[in-house]
Amino acid sequence: MSIAFTPFRVRERAGRATFVLGALFLFLLAAFFRAQVIGTADFRRQSDNNRLRRLILASPRGFILDRNGKQIAENAPGFTVKLVASSRDSLKAVLKRIATLVPGAEDIEGPVVRRYDLASYQPALVFANASIETVAILEEHRYLLPGLVIRTEPRRLYGAGQAVAHLVGYAGEVSDDELVRGRFPGARPGTIVGKDGLEAKFDSVVRGLEGESFIEVDARGRMVRDESESQALKPVTGEMIRTTIDLELQTYIDSLWSADRVGVRGAMVAMTPDGQVLSLYSAPTFDPNELITGVSSRRWAELNGEAKPLQNRAIRGSFPPGSPFKLVTAAVALKRGLVDFSSHMPQSCTGGYRFGNRVFHCWKKSGHGSLDLTGAIANSCNIYFYQLGLRIGLPNFLAEATAMGLGSPTGIDLASERSSSFPPSTAYYDRLYGARGWSNAATLNLSIGQGENAQTLMGLTRFYAALAGDGTVPIPYVVQKPAGPRRSLGLTAEQLAGLRNALVAVVDRGTAAASGGRDLRVAGKTGTAQNPQGPDHGWFIAFAPAEKPTVVVGSIMEFALHGTTVAPYVVKVIRRYLAKSDPTLAKARIKMVIQEDSATAVSELIADSAAAPPPR
Amino acid sequence: MRTTLDRPLVLTLLALAAYGLAMVYSAGQTDLPTAAERAWVRQLVWMLLAIGMGAVAFRLSFRILEWGAPVLYGLGLALLALTLVIGTGAGTAAGTKSWLAIGGVRIGQPVELAKIGAILLLARYLSGLRQPPQTLIDLVRPGLIALGPFLLVMLQPDLGSAIVFVVILFAMLFWTGVKPSLLLLLASPIVSLLLAVDTRWWGAWILLLTVLLLVWRTYVAEGVLIWLVNSAMGVVAIILWNGLKPYQQKRLMSFVNPEADPSGSAYQAIQSKVAIGSGGWFGNGYLHGPQKRLAFLPEQPTDFIFSVVGEELGFLGVVVALALFLILFLRLVRIARRATNPFSSLVVFGILGLLFAHVFENVGMTISVMPITGIPLPFFSYGGSFVLACGISMGLVLRVAYDSRSSGYLES
Repeated sequence: MSIAFTPFRVRERAGRATFVLGALFLFLLAAFFRAQVIGTADFRRQSDNNRLRRLILASPRGFILDRNGKQIAENAPGFTVKLVASSRDSLKAVLKRIATLVPGAEDIEGPVVRRYDLASYQPALVFANASIETVAILEEHRYLLPGLVIRTEPRRLYGAGQAVAHLVGYAGEVSDDELVRGRFPGARPGTIVGKDGLEAKFDSVVRGLEGESFIEVDARGRMVRDESESQALKPVTGEMIRTTIDLELQTYIDSLWSADRVGVRGAMVAMTPDGQVLSLYSAPTFDPNELITGVSSRRWAELNGEAKPLQNRAIRGSFPPGSPFKLVTAAVALKRGLVDFSSHMPQSCTGGYRFGNRVFHCWKKSGHGSLDLTGAIANSCNIYFYQLGLRIGLPNFLAEATAMGLGSPTGIDLASERSSSFPPSTAYYDRLYGARGWSNAATLNLSIGQGENAQTLMGLTRFYAALAGDGTVPIPYVVQKPAGPRRSLGLTAEQLAGLRNALVAVVDRGTAAASGGRDLRVAGKTGTAQNPQGPDHGWFIAFAPAEKPTVVVGSIMEFALHGTTVAPYVVKVIRRYLAKSDPTLAKARIKMVIQEDSATAVSELIADSAAAPPPR
Repeated sequence: MRTTLDRPLVLTLLALAAYGLAMVYSAGQTDLPTAAERAWVRQLVWMLLAIGMGAVAFRLSFRILEWGAPVLYGLGLALLALTLVIGTGAGTAAGTKSWLAIGGVRIGQPVELAKIGAILLLARYLSGLRQPPQTLIDLVRPGLIALGPFLLVMLQPDLGSAIVFVVILFAMLFWTGVKPSLLLLLASPIVSLLLAVDTRWWGAWILLLTVLLLVWRTYVAEGVLIWLVNSAMGVVAIILWNGLKPYQQKRLMSFVNPEADPSGSAYQAIQSKVAIGSGGWFGNGYLHGPQKRLAFLPEQPTDFIFSVVGEELGFLGVVVALALFLILFLRLVRIARRATNPFSSLVVFGILGLLFAHVFENVGMTISVMPITGIPLPFFSYGGSFVLACGISMGLVLRVAYDSRSSGYLES
């Protein structure tokens, strides 16, 4: 036997072996202690991340109500369809199957794969608002569609449909661009946000907070279990907003337009003199519900096509104002104390006015003769206003009109308003034409609402609201009354009353109060927006009752040739609104002045006969 | 006094086997069923077979074993060589040729037989020495015994098993009484090889080695040889590295830095560590490990079974398992110490080295302190050959314990 195996030596080595074994086991134990006791929270989180896929639960958007509490935007139950996929390829395979199963789902692959690429760790949205038929088809073929997740989620519903489209906008999935620009704080890929109108402007109010739930997947990304019940973070409903809109009036405008103005592009707004927007309508319109459920690419192209139905013409379309702008010229002259209502101009109207080597015409070739300011307004005499404009002087005219807000956005609380444009100073002309490239003829054009001047319907209507009200220019609003001081026209109460009176002066001078019954005096101004590309656009802006106005309505119709075509619709809307508080007005005789390019006539419009052109 | 089996050892073995079987059962319980669902039944059959084989081994005379050692060793080598020709891969080591298959049916992993053969032959050679090896020259022959299977296994390639042969060799040399300094010198080329990854570490090692050689006053020729071999390893390391299969390189690199490639080769290491770490003190509950249930763990019934222990039974379960292993190993030390003759004593210590290498490497890889090499965990991992090898080994150990008791060994 080897000397190495004597009991003493063996015991010595056994001791060393025991020591080494013990040390190495302690080392292992320490490694486990480190991971399982010290680092366990971290690993537990990693384990959860491994197996749980976060599912975003859309929050019900807050209701949008009109001034009487009627729902403009509400929520209805809808279905969302999502897919959990372990890889791009498996996602595509399932999408191909869905495309063959669901009618109209041929081109879903692109957007869904894009969503998957943005956030591959969460289920990709396939249909945001699937119909019950789609859901039935998918459920039936569930065995072919691994990773299919169908949830009931609130879907936006606009009960009035196309009537409120431009006012309320619509809601849809946040775009890549909006995410990048941070337009919607808190939005994640797939979040539903407001896309236009009130939905966009008040998105942060109505959106609410998205909830979260989890589904458990295995190592290959196949869904094993739905943990939504146990671990859900409940979505929080957005806040309700109450608007100044009169939904009944809004739908009435839509019904008028749909009845016999189909295909006519234009807009109509109604507001109170202090700026509460009662209605805001733009045509052609669209059904916002259609955009909620998703539209085909062909339909989307149509919506963005030549007619631009998505365009809100009330706050984004700007047109040369024409005659309605003469009231601005008059207001500026009155403010500066250059004239009063009985002032005559040096040259009476003979149908033309020579300025330099050009002759500027009045619309009435035979001429109006000598008019005072009231008469000039009532007859819309160009010759008078040419001279009035020259008396004001271009720099003053530009400065005063700009101060009255005619070159600014109105500040209405709706998304994407476009500003009216009006030269702020003569520097504008210098820049445009060169310092010697223009003459004072510009003043003549501006004074009758032509030239370098483009007004939005909302912008010009609120100027009339200022005339109808207390002489301050309101900031039109739909939800929140704007704080802070308003621009003032700088006119005295008498001057305001005089301007209002001038708009209806002919009524009183003309036909007397013949028959019994009530009269509704409407003060309004028609206008022609000259359109180099085709037929002229027609304006009409009016307020009523003329003695003490409570509502201002403006409308523009493209290619309408003249405001007289527009006037009946405006008058109907005014009557409809006023009849709410005073039913006797429903049958009242309308007394108003309609100036045309060819004649000034006193019109008497009887209810429901207004569709026909007014008598001369 | 009637001699009985070593009761503490038997109880420890039974506890480990029951624990292991329970974990194999759990590993099969996944949310989406896998082939491993009923592995525990087959494992139970293997265990019963292993007990039978252990009983046979228990009855074998150690004289016959000593006599037959070269035959067994030779058979092991031959089968290992055969696998290189007709072998197939499986599991974590799907790209290797570790399985002997006939007609596509895998019938076993010859490496397990080779391990026992090498232990027996080493024990026979070392026990025949008059005195423990004193010089490197003396270590050449035992080194060659281990080198044979080591090289064949490396060719499969199966790094894990190759390491087991190295551990067996060193354990048995130590038990023979080889001085630790000599073992260190023997191991020095390996250390040099590993440290060659970083030139600064490698330089420091060469410096340290020079000092040690001078202090220990080895023979001049021996010292120069070791120094030269160590220096050469710095070069060889680079050649070897380039010679490794890409997946082996990846495994080694992912051991150094698992987070570098979380979806690729380090996936297993990370998933295993996440599963274990999420277990906490008491685990997610038996059968309820989420990572395991959802099949995030790779090879969960075999190589990564210990991750299931960590995830489901927590630190407590890990402590119990490791404690059982430590009890087993200390018992083996005790049996080796009391063995009636050097041969049987060395056999027991060789088996200890074998099992320890498996436990340390397997458990270590689940918690990322060892590189991932697909070697099974004794008594836990599902798989036939290794269960049988364990059964035979334990039969031999029990026999040694029985012999020393019946010869009236008394604690001095």
